[in-house]
Amino acid sequence: MIHADTRKVPLRRLLAASAMAVLPATAMAAELEITHWWTSGGEAAAVRELASAFEAGTDHTWVDGAIAGSGGTARPIIISRILGGDPMAATQLNHGQQAQELVEAGMMLDLTELAEEGNWAELVQPKSLLDACTFEGRVYCVPLNIHSPQWMWTSIKAFEKAGVEPAQNWEELKAAAPALREAGVQPLIEGLQAWQFATLFQTLVSGLGGEEVYYGVYRDGDEAVLRGEEMAMVFEEAVAAREMLEGTNVQDWNLATAAVINGEAAANVMGDWAQGEFQVAGQVAGQDYDCLMGLGGEPLISTGGDAFYFPANDDEAITEGQKDLARLLISPEAQIAFNTKKGSLPVRGDVDLAEAGACMQKGLEALKAGKVIDSVDMLISPDVAGQVGDLLAEFFASDMSAEEAQERFAEVILSDK
Amino acid sequence: MSTRRPSSLLRNPMAKLAAVPMVVTATVVFIGCSLWTVVYSFTDSKLLPRANFDGFAQYDRLWSSSRWIASVENLAIYGILTLLLSLTLGFVFAALLDQKIRGENVFRSIILYPYALSFIVTGLVWQWILNPDLGIQGMVRAAGWESFAFDPLNSPGLVMVALLMAGLWQGTGLVTVIMLAGLRGVDEDIWKASRVDGIPAWKTYLLVVVPILRPVFVTSVVLIGAGIVKLYDLVVALTGGGPGNASEVPAKYVYDYMFANQNLGQGFAASTMMLLAVLVIVIPWAVLEFGGKRRG
Repeated sequence: MIHADTRKVPLRRLLAASAMAVLPATAMAAELEITHWWTSGGEAAAVRELASAFEAGTDHTWVDGAIAGSGGTARPIIISRILGGDPMAATQLNHGQQAQELVEAGMMLDLTELAEEGNWAELVQPKSLLDACTFEGRVYCVPLNIHSPQWMWTSIKAFEKAGVEPAQNWEELKAAAPALREAGVQPLIEGLQAWQFATLFQTLVSGLGGEEVYYGVYRDGDEAVLRGEEMAMVFEEAVAAREMLEGTNVQDWNLATAAVINGEAAANVMGDWAQGEFQVAGQVAGQDYDCLMGLGGEPLISTGGDAFYFPANDDEAITEGQKDLARLLISPEAQIAFNTKKGSLPVRGDVDLAEAGACMQKGLEALKAGKVIDSVDMLISPDVAGQVGDLLAEFFASDMSAEEAQERFAEVILSDK
Repeated sequence: MSTRRPSSLLRNPMAKLAAVPMVVTATVVFIGCSLWTVVYSFTDSKLLPRANFDGFAQYDRLWSSSRWIASVENLAIYGILTLLLSLTLGFVFAALLDQKIRGENVFRSIILYPYALSFIVTGLVWQWILNPDLGIQGMVRAAGWESFAFDPLNSPGLVMVALLMAGLWQGTGLVTVIMLAGLRGVDEDIWKASRVDGIPAWKTYLLVVVPILRPVFVTSVVLIGAGIVKLYDLVVALTGGGPGNASEVPAKYVYDYMFANQNLGQGFAASTMMLLAVLVIVIPWAVLEFGGKRRG
């Protein structure tokens, strides 16, 4: 009917009519603002995969709300927006205790129905990931990937430059350090931020101390372990790490990783998200760089990672979009596309990562072999994590003795247990 | 005098009415929220405020935290040096500009320009200037002096110097301009008189002009003081509190605990201490400054 006398109808009325005709069909299409802190090269490439899959698969629009800076910058912004009544449609957070109080206060969308319908309980491997999203039997977040911080990345070129065999573990790195220094190569590099020191340190605990010590420290807060010999050894190694770190002057993690990529530094202890950077730089595992799980010691990886939370919303169109997004995030296609780009492991046990690089395969094997531990984020509160970070930042920037650091570390952990 | 004076509340009703929004804002926002913060600093609030009272536990923890103590020390060093140096430098620059020099406008603009930049930009600019590979150290080394070392951002002992340099670079201009305006207000006859008496210029400045400029100094001190207490963005942009905790400041402690570490109680306790410190300084000063006037 509209077609018949298009020319006679004034333009405005025509527009109104067509808008009315279209509206019912798109009533459920919404603009969803998604906040996250994936801003490095590899991360941005991964998140683009999600955005384009979301826009291709649904009528909704992905409004990207990337927050520059690390999680420490982004989380306060995200949480204060939710608390302040200006919630985004979905947001990245780490598994664990970061969002617990928001969930308790009823500020997050309950995804239990979706989880039952999609049988997440069966799909998500390891189970602890979904447990971290569950509060009093209800599911409040979608696990997206598994990240393990317990990796050391080494530059084969750097070792060749110094004329030594590429280190296969922590001891060999320490032994090679003088030769590396002589060749003008930084033996170990970390960005000078508290969370990076915390990453290095927890990797020393799990890689050199092993599972019992790790849980004794972070989960049980066992005084005998905290003040015991094994932790004394870990702190001695931390002193050795501090010596190898001397001369570092970068802040952001990706700059530290970049120093390994271009061979200025020999090793960088950083999570498996660093792998995305090597990929973007076109490097090949085993040829240009190597990845040593647990510093080449105990091959334990923790299964923390990123999850998406959906703040409760009054707008039904947005709620609908949130559910569509939740379904998409856990779909096999999105899991493969995202995790391959990001260098993280998928949360589903049933997807095949044929494109996964050698390092990801190592991670998958560890996962299958059950060499997994709970992540530190799941075991200690942000408050304690913050204090541990402060202590380690002070430790790595000063000449604090191993004994003093161990004692103060024990006090911080025990204050909350 | 026989008629009763109208109540002072009803005089100038329109002016009073116009002041209502400001009065309400001041009471609710400043006083109300401050009191709320003080009250909740005695609770064990984590991410959300909870009225679960916990005595002085947060304060105990605060004052046994080495990071807080380092923050207070750092702020004290920064504060004292900033106050002294910006007043001195500001006054010296202003006195120099006041010599009826040619191109005064150019110099004034140059000196005031950094003030137009935010602390974040200032921090980034100085981060580059002080970067050992790209900045001063790199340039001097490239020019041939290979052993030259100047890397304050990565040396705990010198990092406060870096903050101070950046802070002064940014803030001195404003003090200079305020002082210059004050100097221009000094009666020309005073200069003539002192010249007739053969008093050297520096003595006139110190003994005659500075006392005349007292109100200008007070204004400057208030502005500088406010800048010191709220020092936060410069630290975040320039050093991030590092290396270690060598450049941590109280405002950053408050922010980190309230938002990043999800421990509101601890953040409130720290901000209450900041409030207390300001009150301890401001109240005696206000009594001296304003109480004295009423008596005179």
